Amino acid sequence: MAIGVTTTPEKSKPSGSIINDPQVRGIFYQVITVVLLGAFVYWVADNTIENLKRANIASGYGFLNGRAGFDVGQSLIAYTSDSTYQRALVVGLLNTLLVAVCGIFTATIIGFAVGIGRLSHNWLIAKLSLAYVEIFRNIPPLLVIFFWYSGVLAILPQPRESAALPFNMFLNNRGLAFPKPIFGDGSLYTVLALVLAIVASFLLARYARKKQEATGQRFPVLWSSVGLIIGLPLLVFLATGSPITFDVPVAGKFNLTGGSVIGPEFLSLFLALSFYTAAFIAEIVRAGIRGVSKGQTEAAHALGVRPGLTTRLVVVPQALRIIIPPLTSQYLNLTKNSSLAVAIGYADLVAVGGTILNQTGQSIEIVTIWIIVYLSLSLTTSLFMNWFNARMALVER
Amino acid sequence: MAKRILTALVGAAVMGIGTQAASGATLDDVKAKGFVQCGVNTGLAGFAAPDASGNWSGFDVDYCKAIAAAIFADGSKVKYTPTSAKERFPALQSGEVDVLARNTTWTINRDTALGFNFRPVNYYDGQGFMVRKSLNVKSALELSGAAVCVQTGTTTELNLADYFKSNNLQYNPVVFEKLEEVNAAYDAGRCDVYTTDQSGLYSLRLTLSKPDDHMILPEIISKEPLGPAVRQGDDQWFDIVSWTHYALIQAEEFGITQANVEEMKKSTNPDVQRFLGVEADTKIGTDLGLTNEWAVNVIKAVGNYGEVFDRNIGAGSPLKIERGLNALWNKGGIQYAPPVR
Ligand SMILES: N[C@@H](CCC(=O)N[C@@H](CS)C(=O)NCC(=O)O)C(=O)O
Repeated sequence: MAIGVTTTPEKSKPSGSIINDPQVRGIFYQVITVVLLGAFVYWVADNTIENLKRANIASGYGFLNGRAGFDVGQSLIAYTSDSTYQRALVVGLLNTLLVAVCGIFTATIIGFAVGIGRLSHNWLIAKLSLAYVEIFRNIPPLLVIFFWYSGVLAILPQPRESAALPFNMFLNNRGLAFPKPIFGDGSLYTVLALVLAIVASFLLARYARKKQEATGQRFPVLWSSVGLIIGLPLLVFLATGSPITFDVPVAGKFNLTGGSVIGPEFLSLFLALSFYTAAFIAEIVRAGIRGVSKGQTEAAHALGVRPGLTTRLVVVPQALRIIIPPLTSQYLNLTKNSSLAVAIGYADLVAVGGTILNQTGQSIEIVTIWIIVYLSLSLTTSLFMNWFNARMALVER
Repeated sequence: MAKRILTALVGAAVMGIGTQAASGATLDDVKAKGFVQCGVNTGLAGFAAPDASGNWSGFDVDYCKAIAAAIFADGSKVKYTPTSAKERFPALQSGEVDVLARNTTWTINRDTALGFNFRPVNYYDGQGFMVRKSLNVKSALELSGAAVCVQTGTTTELNLADYFKSNNLQYNPVVFEKLEEVNAAYDAGRCDVYTTDQSGLYSLRLTLSKPDDHMILPEIISKEPLGPAVRQGDDQWFDIVSWTHYALIQAEEFGITQANVEEMKKSTNPDVQRFLGVEADTKIGTDLGLTNEWAVNVIKAVGNYGEVFDRNIGAGSPLKIERGLNALWNKGGIQYAPPVR
């Protein structure tokens, strides 16, 4: 720091003792700081190791291969109490990722809708959006989570009075049960067709853009993609003799059996995180749009561009540049807040890690895993958003 | 999250600094600060629960008081640290509490890998199941497909997995960290079954909105010997905690109660005289690092084991738990104290 603010016009012309040389001094202070910090870290580490030894706690990550012995409520991969601690942690990590990704997606949609709603000329929409933001922004996230959880449990019917929804879906206080697809022989082709259709839609979109830039002609990308993505797999599915069947939930002794279930813990955590973070995103979006000078809109109108197109092609691209950096922090917040899951029994990384910590006593190891995982998640999100931001930045031609 | 990690890290760091003082000298430490820091549960009526004005009472709380009385001749010199099932072990490891009197099961893992010492079992328990009567379930073997509420950080969670696996039953675990959360979820019908130590079930049932709608199934699926725990490495402190329990048992065996203890000091029975420290030139208490009156002080503070049991969880309490295995060895149970000699 001291190096940065050197104001002497010429470089070091020792005007006396070396002690007065700001550059030397700067280096000296920095070295001292590093040495002290190093000594402190060493002291803490040394003491900790010493005391772990005294308390008979072995350190190292070998325990991760032990049998977990406990069950987990919801898991995206096969897991039983015979699985290892390591696998249990992966189950927790995937649950964290699931709720974070779903939450980010929904929070963004709600946030943009409410943010734009606040700028609406319609009095009711503007006031409702304002109320939404003020309510959710001013309640601690944990309370929002409890609110949804007790709300979900209180409102949804008991399993024996499950509410029947279309497509053989059922809703009760054990969650949302829906038919589970069972992939028979030959169903691979349908899946491949789906992947193919998605890739084709991307290529189509590129082609359409090129064509428009070259000739000014527009191509109906949206509708042809939708047709492609639904039509192609459906065709293949029928042609291969409908190999995919569904396991439908039916009433059992305690609850519905069969099918897949999304538990109330996931539902309420997901809703709470989405609604809470959306309030902040709404404010960011509003600020972003306000940040685009009025002249831009007026200029577009003067050129005869329709209002809808003006918003899409003139205002939003410029607003995005203001919106993206703070949006990144909100995504990071949402991911980190997902660790509040433990309060309502959702088996996220922190909850599962905590159980393992408790059984094995390996606190330092588990805490290190937590830190590394959350740090990596945050850094990955940041990197992605930086890349996205760079793409959205003004391209000067 | 950040707070959790921070607490854990600070905990680890404090562990690096704090426990040095504690090892080998817990008694000196306790005497210097003037009270026993006792780890109890966060609120399980009958075992440890605070009343409206913050006074703790219960079976485990009486053990804290008994230990304090043995040291200070005053059962009120205790400070309580409420801990959830998950928080209790770090609290003891880090030296935040001197002793854990918190319906904790003695297991080999806790006795070795976690670095604790257990000896006396102050309550022989086992894991049970509670269900709604309306489900018409008569045995735990009919529970396949049920959603089961359980608290994390317990032996309960592990026994549950083993029991359902070995009986080839399916279940859906609903796992919480805090007791109130488990209670609320079960009460709201999130689960069909609540499982924990049977003693805990008796207590928890009374806190539900309609206790009479629930019943405890007959099966006991595990052994849960509950008792006080201390850190390894301080034998004197381990002895004090252990012998406080044995004093309570011995007092019941001799028929010494809170009311008659002064009277009993005049007994001519040499065993009783030795126990109450009135034998000439006795070192019965000083060898423990206490005074020879220590057993008298314990009994004056909380009574004998039978009195502690009855008042908090037995016939004289709303829980009405039978003595069962916890009766004295000569009354059909297995509670037994080594000779005071
Ligand atoms: N004995 C078992 C279970 C002990 C336990 O924590 N039981 C629960 C349910 S009865 C409890 O007392 N919780 C009170 C709390 O968390 O404050 C063990 O040691 O793991």
